[in-house]
Amino acid sequence: MSLFKAEFRRLLKRRFVRYMTLGGLLVLIAVAVGTFATNHKIGPAEFAAAEQQAEQQYRENVRWATEEKKQCEQAKASGNFDANRFPADCSQISPAPRDAFEARWFLPSTFDFRRQFEDMITAWAAILALVAFVAGASFIGAEWSTGGMMNLLLWRPQRLRVLLTKLGALLTGLLGVALVTAAAWVGAFWAIASLRGTTEKTTSGVWQSFGLTGLRGLAVVLVAGAVGFALASLGRHTAMALGGALGVMVVGQFGLGIVLNMAGVTFAEAWLLPTYLLAWMQKKVVLQDWDACNATYTGECKPATMEIVWQDGGTLLAVGLALTLGAALWMMRRRDVA
Amino acid sequence: MTAVLEIAGLRKTYKSRRRGARQALDGFDMTVEAGQVHGFLGPNGSGKTTTLRTLLGLIKPNGGRMAILGQEVPAALPVVAGQVGAIVESPQFFPHFTARDTLSLLADAGRVPQTRVMEVLELVGLQERAKERVKTYSLGMKQRLAVASALLKNPKLLILDEPANGLDPGGIREMRTLMRDLAASGMTVVLSSHILGEIQLICDSVTIISRGRRVAAGPVAEVLAQHSGGGLRVRLEAVTDLPVAAELLTRAGAQVSTHADHLMVDGVDKPAAVTRVLAERDLYVSELAPVTVDLESVFLELTGTAPMPGQHRQVDESVVVGADAPAQGGWGV
Repeated sequence: MSLFKAEFRRLLKRRFVRYMTLGGLLVLIAVAVGTFATNHKIGPAEFAAAEQQAEQQYRENVRWATEEKKQCEQAKASGNFDANRFPADCSQISPAPRDAFEARWFLPSTFDFRRQFEDMITAWAAILALVAFVAGASFIGAEWSTGGMMNLLLWRPQRLRVLLTKLGALLTGLLGVALVTAAAWVGAFWAIASLRGTTEKTTSGVWQSFGLTGLRGLAVVLVAGAVGFALASLGRHTAMALGGALGVMVVGQFGLGIVLNMAGVTFAEAWLLPTYLLAWMQKKVVLQDWDACNATYTGECKPATMEIVWQDGGTLLAVGLALTLGAALWMMRRRDVA
Repeated sequence: MTAVLEIAGLRKTYKSRRRGARQALDGFDMTVEAGQVHGFLGPNGSGKTTTLRTLLGLIKPNGGRMAILGQEVPAALPVVAGQVGAIVESPQFFPHFTARDTLSLLADAGRVPQTRVMEVLELVGLQERAKERVKTYSLGMKQRLAVASALLKNPKLLILDEPANGLDPGGIREMRTLMRDLAASGMTVVLSSHILGEIQLICDSVTIISRGRRVAAGPVAEVLAQHSGGGLRVRLEAVTDLPVAAELLTRAGAQVSTHADHLMVDGVDKPAAVTRVLAERDLYVSELAPVTVDLESVFLELTGTAPMPGQHRQVDESVVVGADAPAQGGWGV
């Protein structure tokens, strides 16, 4: 417990970890403020204004159609008819019907808690996962590169225990930040929905779904922290984890994506990591192949699909975690600390 | 006397795909008795730091036996670690923490009361600068902090690798006094240093290592005596008598070398034999003094690292002991 206490204190004292956490919080705040600023409550006044805007749009369309028709007829009469501009029969120029101008098009954006909060949970998890990865990498990487790890091993010559205790302290810290921000996130978006949208139809089932998505998001955050920690421990430097992640993203994801698309590989996204993370968070991602035609009995052509479900994403996360953390623990056991 | 530290037949080979294998420790032995200040000497690359790192569990040995406070290590390291304070090579600390935070975190990790932190900082003269970040410290101050971290546990065995590195003359003297006080309080101190004058002043005993093997060990006085050669400096009343005296002493079985105003005589059991041989031929001695050696000359002799005019000695060019010693100790063996 004394070692855990020391490592948890060390985590809280680390300036870079503090800055990263603060940065993550600022981004979360920016997202919440942005959502608040760009959404509005819909009431009778907003509906009336939208109706008025739809009517005005319709009138403008009638005026424009009348003017165009007139110019078409004049052009025909003068012999300067432009076939690219006007139809052969000027009577074909007519305004759109009134019911084509729906008032809901002119309503301001509004935040529907039941419909939109799930995406906000994904955003929260993504931001915190990034913070967790960098903080995890820095927490152990800087210890290795500055010699702090060697110093600690002189005090507690139990390598695996030291490494796992450090990881435990990191995950505890991340869990704390995740829980606090999750509570604030729910509160903030409930307030946004109340003030700038609607909280209607948020049933207990919806809350349960949000809870499960939140738990999956929490798992992503903790796995990201542990993987960053493990990679930096393997390379004994923060840059090892950050460089590795950057390399995977640039070469392994963007590069691979371009190559797969150029090669015309079917369901190229199935080879890319973000697809699985998205499937993990959204329960399911459906990939579509627009080059394939699955004809229906009505003669409609539907693209071929491929489903990636949350279990696939979960398996990938578990395997990635097991491989990196296993390698870090194995190296910790056998390497010379010099 | 009980041995606080015992090393027998310690071996460590560093392997590199590119450069092959390098034997860093080749059957090294070392014993340190309780309550002593023990000097651990060796040229650069001789295996000192590897020995200390291996002893402290940072490096895995390829063979041999080690014990600290009677317990086999590395197996018992978690048990004895609380009684061993150590700094290995240059002091390394997280640069953005203050000295107090650094020691406070170590105290937490080692279950040491927090009150001890300021005690040791005062002991090494850093109390006033305790709240400053380590990155603002000079090398000497970092060295003091390293010593403070080693003392934090109030250990029974203190292992210090180059503790005087970067210290100013006053700091070196303070360190010397501190070592003596610690030894007087019953602490056993193992001191690795290249400042041989300091070692000679502070240490009760020494171990000298060269190319991964022990070349000398024992109380400082004994090591010096073993390598002084029993030589005598002989001066006569008349310098003109030196050639005759040299011939007489050579005939008596001594090895004599003639200098401008004196003779150097080796291989005599007792100094009185010299006076007797010379007095029999009416040659009278004006000075008869045993030639003393210091630790530095013994070290240079034993390790074969004395500088030679016009030569640039390489790091691995030092003495190899033992008939079965490998011809080369460097990379590529």
